[in-house]
Amino acid sequence: MSIWLDSHSKVAVQGITGKNGQFHTEQMLDYGTRVIGGVTPGKGGQETLGLPVWDTVDEAVNAGANVSCIFVPPPFAADAIMEAADSKIRLVVAITEGIPALDMVKVKNYIESKDVRLIGPNCPGVITPGKSKVGIMPGHIHRKGDVGIISRSGTLTYEAVNQVTEIGLGQSTCVGIGGDPVNGTNFVECLEAFEDDDETKSIIMIGEIGGSAEETAAQYAKEYVSKPIVGFIAGRTAPPGKRMGHAGAIISGGKGTAREKMKAMKRAGIHVTENPSELGKTLEEIL
Amino acid sequence: MNIHEYQAKTLFRQYEVKTLNGILASNPDEAANACKELGGRIWVVKAQVHAGGRGKGGGIVLCRSVDEVYEATDNMIGSRLVTPQTTSGGVAINKVYVEEGCNIDKELYLGIILDREKEMPVFMASKEGGIEIEEVASKDPEKILRMHVDPVTRFEDQQAREMALGLGLEGKQVESCIRFMKNLYNLFIGLDCSIVEINPLVITSDDDIVALDAKVNFDSSALFRHPEIEKLRDRKEEEPLEIRATEAGLNYIKLDGEIGCMVNGAGLAMATMDIIKLHGGEPSNFLDVGGGADAEQVAEGFRIILSDPGVKAIFVNIFGGIMRCDFIAEGIITAARETKLGVPLIVRLAGTNVELGKKMLANAGLDLITAKDMNDGAIKSIKAIGGKK
Repeated sequence: MSIWLDSHSKVAVQGITGKNGQFHTEQMLDYGTRVIGGVTPGKGGQETLGLPVWDTVDEAVNAGANVSCIFVPPPFAADAIMEAADSKIRLVVAITEGIPALDMVKVKNYIESKDVRLIGPNCPGVITPGKSKVGIMPGHIHRKGDVGIISRSGTLTYEAVNQVTEIGLGQSTCVGIGGDPVNGTNFVECLEAFEDDDETKSIIMIGEIGGSAEETAAQYAKEYVSKPIVGFIAGRTAPPGKRMGHAGAIISGGKGTAREKMKAMKRAGIHVTENPSELGKTLEEIL
Repeated sequence: MNIHEYQAKTLFRQYEVKTLNGILASNPDEAANACKELGGRIWVVKAQVHAGGRGKGGGIVLCRSVDEVYEATDNMIGSRLVTPQTTSGGVAINKVYVEEGCNIDKELYLGIILDREKEMPVFMASKEGGIEIEEVASKDPEKILRMHVDPVTRFEDQQAREMALGLGLEGKQVESCIRFMKNLYNLFIGLDCSIVEINPLVITSDDDIVALDAKVNFDSSALFRHPEIEKLRDRKEEEPLEIRATEAGLNYIKLDGEIGCMVNGAGLAMATMDIIKLHGGEPSNFLDVGGGADAEQVAEGFRIILSDPGVKAIFVNIFGGIMRCDFIAEGIITAARETKLGVPLIVRLAGTNVELGKKMLANAGLDLITAKDMNDGAIKSIKAIGGKK
């Protein structure tokens, strides 16, 4: 097992002909991901990296794709996600950074009734070591194992992965859920999937300041997750800075600070470390 | 991205959200002339700065004569305004907005923000407008009315009516309020705002509804489709080093500490600051060089960090994913040759092309301290500036 991604995943890259799409498609192929082609409207019929380019996601699905990885630039990214959701694609991994928040509000509303999982946007993607990588993470630092990793940040995920590998363990699946205010899959869904996954024995969860997703996830973990969890929240020292108005403070209702998040996680029995270089060590101690 | 009140009010008028008449002034004479142009016998002089809580800091002054307007403007311009929402150093006042007075019957609060949890915009309103609204929200949360807006059905009349009645409005106030809120919602959506806030929203003695204040914050990711909004950016309100960083495609925030940080990725950059603080040091900045930076951008990052006279050491913490360690090494070498660093440099490299990066640094013969991981790097950085305070 592992979650959402395995060796049967056949990936179509939306935005395959762009600079990032090209580079990371090559990296994914090198890792052994079954990328079967890409989609760039208007460039259908061409070939790139020895793979076919289609005009629409439907054509990619007809060719066997069941996963989409999106590198489409921000102005067109919301449309690309909705196109993938409309087709028979079941997993959409949106890497694009900088999609307008109100576009994502529409996207979330649109895909709610569809049988599709969105990961991201503004995320490093998903990797199941040894099987498939859909995203931009450096494949070589990963190792097959039984630690599930969930994170809102990209490079901090690599840090966690590296520490897990260094203590001699490996990862079942790593999911970067992305740091945007409105995104697809959240911490709770990841925890649920890892709890159900036989190959995952423990979990590392890395959050950031802002929003209340970590607090919600901590509450969920307390009630439904039996596997040990190590947690970290980045941004403890972020300065408050100048503010404009009160709306932000009213809506957050005191949640959202690193302190509140760590407190909520500790209350839920999560092993929180305040030192981001001790994620591996903390995991080792509790196992 | 933030804008000034006077700019926000211009946008309000475009969306038929009612405001009072006002004129921008950059010196006392202009302010005195503004009074004559506006007419009336009462005016309010308002500091135009990107911060809230202006009233508490003396940035909003009610004046009953042209002389008072002159004096208030003279006092404000060139001074720094400190409010509960600024840092202790305050913000410089360069311009004031002179606004006509009005007869206030009631002061309300009204705001629209994107609710991350429900993933849709939410209206928030309260009968208890004014500067203590946050206290009201934390002590009596039920005094804040909330109305979520479905992105498909949009903001319905009945939702607006429910809010107006909830605010205790009656008679023709209700219909005015519905129109007001719907126009404000159109502005929020039409201009890709992340926050629109009016505090106070005023019911006048002749039952009119007027925005006495206007705070608008835009989603930076959506500015590409609003070039007219981008033009409203006031660079004087931004830290010069931050502007320089933005121009170089870097994300930099200046802080008050001594250890400069250069990191790739926002999460790792925050974690690097956290670990420095954990060991008793103070970071002098947040700097995310991003994933796609080249050697020149890295070098510019160094120049920016070094422009801050408070910096006593620099900690480079890179976990190369997309970012390649050899690019970082090249940037370090370029910057070091050019600027003669002058402060200890602590480098931790990991990830893509790490061996090549390390080799380049070794061959360049730079005087630097290498760290095996971020913990080691943080400890060595603090040691390099003479230990924790």
